[in-house]
Parts: sequence; C-alpha cells; structure tokens
Amino acid sequence: MKKSIPIISLVLLAVLSLFIGVQSIPIQDIFQLSETQSLVLWTTRVPRTISLVIAGATISVSGLIMQHLTQNKFVSPTTAGTMDSARLGMLVAMLFFPSGTILVKSLVAFIFAFLGTVLFIQLIRVLPGKNQLMVPLVGVMFGNIVGSIVTFFAYQYQLIQNMTSWLQGSFSTISKGNYELIYVTVPVLIICYLYAYQFTIVGMGEEFSISVGMNYKLVHLIGLLLISVASSVVLVTIGGLPFLGVIIPNIVSLMLGDYMKDTLWMTAVSGSIFLVIADILSRVIYPPYELPVSLIVGALGSFIFVILLVKGAKK
Amino acid sequence: MKHKQIYFRLVMLLLLVLLSIGLFMTYQTYGNWQFALTLRGKKLLAFVIVGLLTSFSTISFQTITQSHFLTPSILGFDSLYVLVQTTLFFYFGQTPTHPMIMFGLNVGLMVIFSVILFGFLLRKESQDLFLLLMIGMVLGTFFRSVSTFLQVLMDPNEYDKLQGKLFASFSNVDVSLLYMVIPIVIGIILLFWIVSPTLDVFHLGTCQAINLGINVQRFRWFILFLISLSVALSTALIGPITFLGFIVANITYQILPVYKHRYLFVFSALLSILMLVLGQFLVEHIFHMNTTLSVVIEFSGGVYFIWKLLSERGKTLQ
Repeated sequence: MKKSIPIISLVLLAVLSLFIGVQSIPIQDIFQLSETQSLVLWTTRVPRTISLVIAGATISVSGLIMQHLTQNKFVSPTTAGTMDSARLGMLVAMLFFPSGTILVKSLVAFIFAFLGTVLFIQLIRVLPGKNQLMVPLVGVMFGNIVGSIVTFFAYQYQLIQNMTSWLQGSFSTISKGNYELIYVTVPVLIICYLYAYQFTIVGMGEEFSISVGMNYKLVHLIGLLLISVASSVVLVTIGGLPFLGVIIPNIVSLMLGDYMKDTLWMTAVSGSIFLVIADILSRVIYPPYELPVSLIVGALGSFIFVILLVKGAKK
Repeated sequence: MKHKQIYFRLVMLLLLVLLSIGLFMTYQTYGNWQFALTLRGKKLLAFVIVGLLTSFSTISFQTITQSHFLTPSILGFDSLYVLVQTTLFFYFGQTPTHPMIMFGLNVGLMVIFSVILFGFLLRKESQDLFLLLMIGMVLGTFFRSVSTFLQVLMDPNEYDKLQGKLFASFSNVDVSLLYMVIPIVIGIILLFWIVSPTLDVFHLGTCQAINLGINVQRFRWFILFLISLSVALSTALIGPITFLGFIVANITYQILPVYKHRYLFVFSALLSILMLVLGQFLVEHIFHMNTTLSVVIEFSGGVYFIWKLLSERGKTLQ
C-alpha cells in the first residue's frame, strides 16, 4: 500500500467537491471566474471542503485513539458518550450563556465531553467480563441516557429545534467566518501523531505500559483530553457524525495492523475521503436541495458497522 | 410461590392501577366532566392498548430468545416500523388509498420484514447476546437514518401527514386508528393467551421443548409474527418507546417469580398501564412539565438497563 495513492485520490476528490453545487462553477473557467463565482468559491466552497477534510480526519483519529485507550475495537466518540456529553455541554452553554460566543460554547462542550468520557471510562472499569461488545453497548446506552437528559431540558426551555440543528451533522451552513474554529483540531492531530507511539503502548494494557517504563496515567489523560477537544470542536462547528470513528479505524487496521505510527495518517486520510464522498453524495442526490451529511454517514456507517460486528464475532 | 401470594400481588397491583386511573380521570376537571372524560378517555384507551401489546410481546419475545435483555424495541423493531411506514408514504403518499388498505399494507410489510430480519438474527442457537444487542441498536440507527433521509425528500404536506401518523404521541392519539385496532388487539391478546401453555414449556429450554413434542421452529415463527404485529400496532399508535417493554418485563420477573405466562402477562400488562397512566399524570399535572413521558421512560430505562448489565456480571443470558 503506497502512501501516494490515497493522498492523490483525496486531493482529486477535494478538488471535485469544490466544483459541485447549485451555483455552477465549471472547472475549465477556473482562471476567468466571474464575480459571483469567485465569491461562492472563496466564501463557501473552499471553507466547506477544508472543514470536510479536517472533520473526517479528526473524528477517525479520535476513534482510533479511543480504541487504543480502551483496548476495544468498537469504541468511538459516538459509542462512548463523548458526543452526547458534548451536546449536554452545548445545552448548558445555551441556557447559562445565551449570548456567549461560539468559543464559549465550544469550551463548555469540551469540558462536558471530557467529563462524560472520563465518567464512561470509569464506568467500564467496573464492567465485568472480557466481552468486546459489552463496552460499546454500555457506551451507546450511556449516550442515550445523556441524550435523554438533553432532550428533557431542551423541552423544558423550548430549545428542541435549536438542539436538533446541532444534532444533525451538516456542512450546508459552513461559510467564511463561522468555521475557523475547526482549525483548532489541526494542532491536536499533530500532537496525536507525536504521541502515536505512546498510544500504541497504552493499547497493550496498563501493566505492559508500566513495565516498559511509561507514565500510563499521564498518557491516558492526554489521550482523553485530545479526543474531547477534537470531538467537541467538530460537534460545535458541524454536528454529529455517527459511527465514522468506528468504521474507518477498523477498516484501516484490518489492512495495516495496529502500529499507530503507520496507521494514523492512513486513518486520517481515509476518514477525509469517506466524508468528502458522503458530502458530494449529499449534494448530488436531490438537487437543488442538500441532505444533511450525517444521514449519509449514518446510513453508510451503520451498515458497514454491522458487517464489521458480524465479521469480528466470527473470529 | 403459592397461589395465594400470586393473587395477592395481582390484586394489589390491580387496585393501584384503578387508583391511578381514577386519579388521572378526575383530577382537576373543574366540573367539565364531559369534556375532560372524552379527552382523557382517549388517552387512557391508548395507554391500555399499548400497555397490553408491549407487555405481551416483550415477555413472549424474552421467553423464546431465552434472554431478559433482548426486547423487540431494543433490537430495532419499532425503527423498522417507522421505516416501512415512511417508505410506503414516500411511494404511495400522493395516490389516495383507503386508510384501511394502507394500514394493512403497513402491518403486512412490517411482519414480513421483521420475521425475515429476526429469523436471520436469531438463526443460531448459541448467539452472542451482546452481538445481537449491538447489531440491533446499530440497525435501529440505520433504519432511522434511512427514514429521516426519505422524510427530507418528501413533499412538506406529505411529511405533515406522516408525522401525524408516526408520532401521534400520548397527547394526540389518532382516534380513527384507535377504534380500528381494538378488534385486532383483542384477537392478538386472545392468541397469546391460547398459546401461553406452550410458551411455559419454552422456559425449560429449546431441547426440552422439542422433547415434549412442540414444533419449535413453526411455533417460533408464529410467535414472531404475533410480536411484529403487536409492535406495529403500538408504534402506529404512539410512536417508538425503546425501554418500556424492558422495564416492565424485568420488574415483573422480580416481583412475580413464576413461570406461568398467564400470570406474567396479566401482571406486566397491569404494570405497564400503571406506569403509563401514573407517569403521564405526574408529568402533566404534578410537575407541569412540557416534556414528554417517553423521555422520562427512556432515561429511567437506560439507567435500569446498564444497572442490570452490571449486576448480572454480564455472564448469563437469563
């Protein structure tokens, strides 16, 4: 597997996604754009494609790290309550700082995402049994419980519609000036890459990590912090993207194994490719309208996830 | 357990149910009897129907799958119903069809698909419980995604009609549908009642059931068919509630440790009616919440589910 093939295809797809949409921008006109065309290109198309690439990479890498930290193949920001906790944070931010900037909201969402994930990790420590599926199952339930708390308060304060728009992952509202927060995840991804070796060791388990002289608790904490930052930023700027963090790392690790230094970049690139394709689909299926990309990701993601589950069980 | 004890518990529960119904029907009517009673009577009827269907179908499902964790809803049955309903509307929404025909089609398709799906899921004797649960939940997400997907593509007027059909929550039950389903519901309940001795045998395990001369395969299909029908009806009435069946069935096993389905059925049906009526009463009149009952049920059910998983130590299927 050469590194060049996926990267080239990602670049090609990203370019393709720039030229798809209601406002037609033919690719041959790229050097003589009209006023409108260049406006559309620079204020919505380019930001959209950039956030697609970044969000896809971020969520996949978060899932990968989470799987190493919990030593479980089926854990991800959606199946460990991280996303739902971040959503609870959003709600709290809306209730207490209604006039807060997007930064304040993200910060609150991040704090909740972190606490929720820590709570979940503590919860699965008490879990008995060696069953791989117990953890994500409890995770989904945990997420549902947190989600129902959110629904409950959102009902009380009539924020349901407002919240629903946060639940739906969609790139249709992305434009220049409201998406820049997503760049925060770029340094996060770089830090993840630097720590890849440590995360691989952590994935071998606590005793093993300590016996090779690593500060297990510290690395674990760093991992959780990174995941929480990444997930909450993506949730605030785009919305939820179900199962993306499970399927991409699993498919990549089936092909390339579990040494994170090798798999991390491939996971990131594949996540981006997947999301860019899903978004292109969401724009061409029913023009001139757009479907929320989370629907496409949810449908494809859950389908692939079931296949992975059945395959994993056969082993 | 002695018969005396069983009857005592049943009667106590019945009294509680009657008490809560009385409370629910008469609280703060301000002398507007006629108005309040018709309005609340409709809700009450819906609660009774949903309670009966949910409890009967969940308990028999748990008996044939031999697991107290699996319920039709947790395995995505009701999301499947929503999907079938949406798809039909999407393709035949514009052409005026008789509501009865539409409903029959809905339920028919639902039964066919769910029997296929769960026949596939429950195919092996020694299936991994967690795998099943996980697949069920993910399938639920999948069905919901596809339904939402179709709903986005729909004509807004069509969508409005569909919404009324799908989520006729507790507050605005579709009355025309309500009276239509009563005879069907009575039929289903009777059938469950008739086959309950056979279900009792299933408590001994599949091998024993075969030994005792039950045509296990055929009986399973028949029960699955009844269950799908029940889920379709109750989902059509009030929309999907994931955990109601789970809560009710498991509390029933705790309070009434018997193997006879007739007792279990009656007890759990009463229990679910009690929960729905009392829950609705509390949400509406005591807490004055503008939240829905299903949110509360979802929350408590989720907590109960996790607690049960932890306390069972995740090793047994029972």
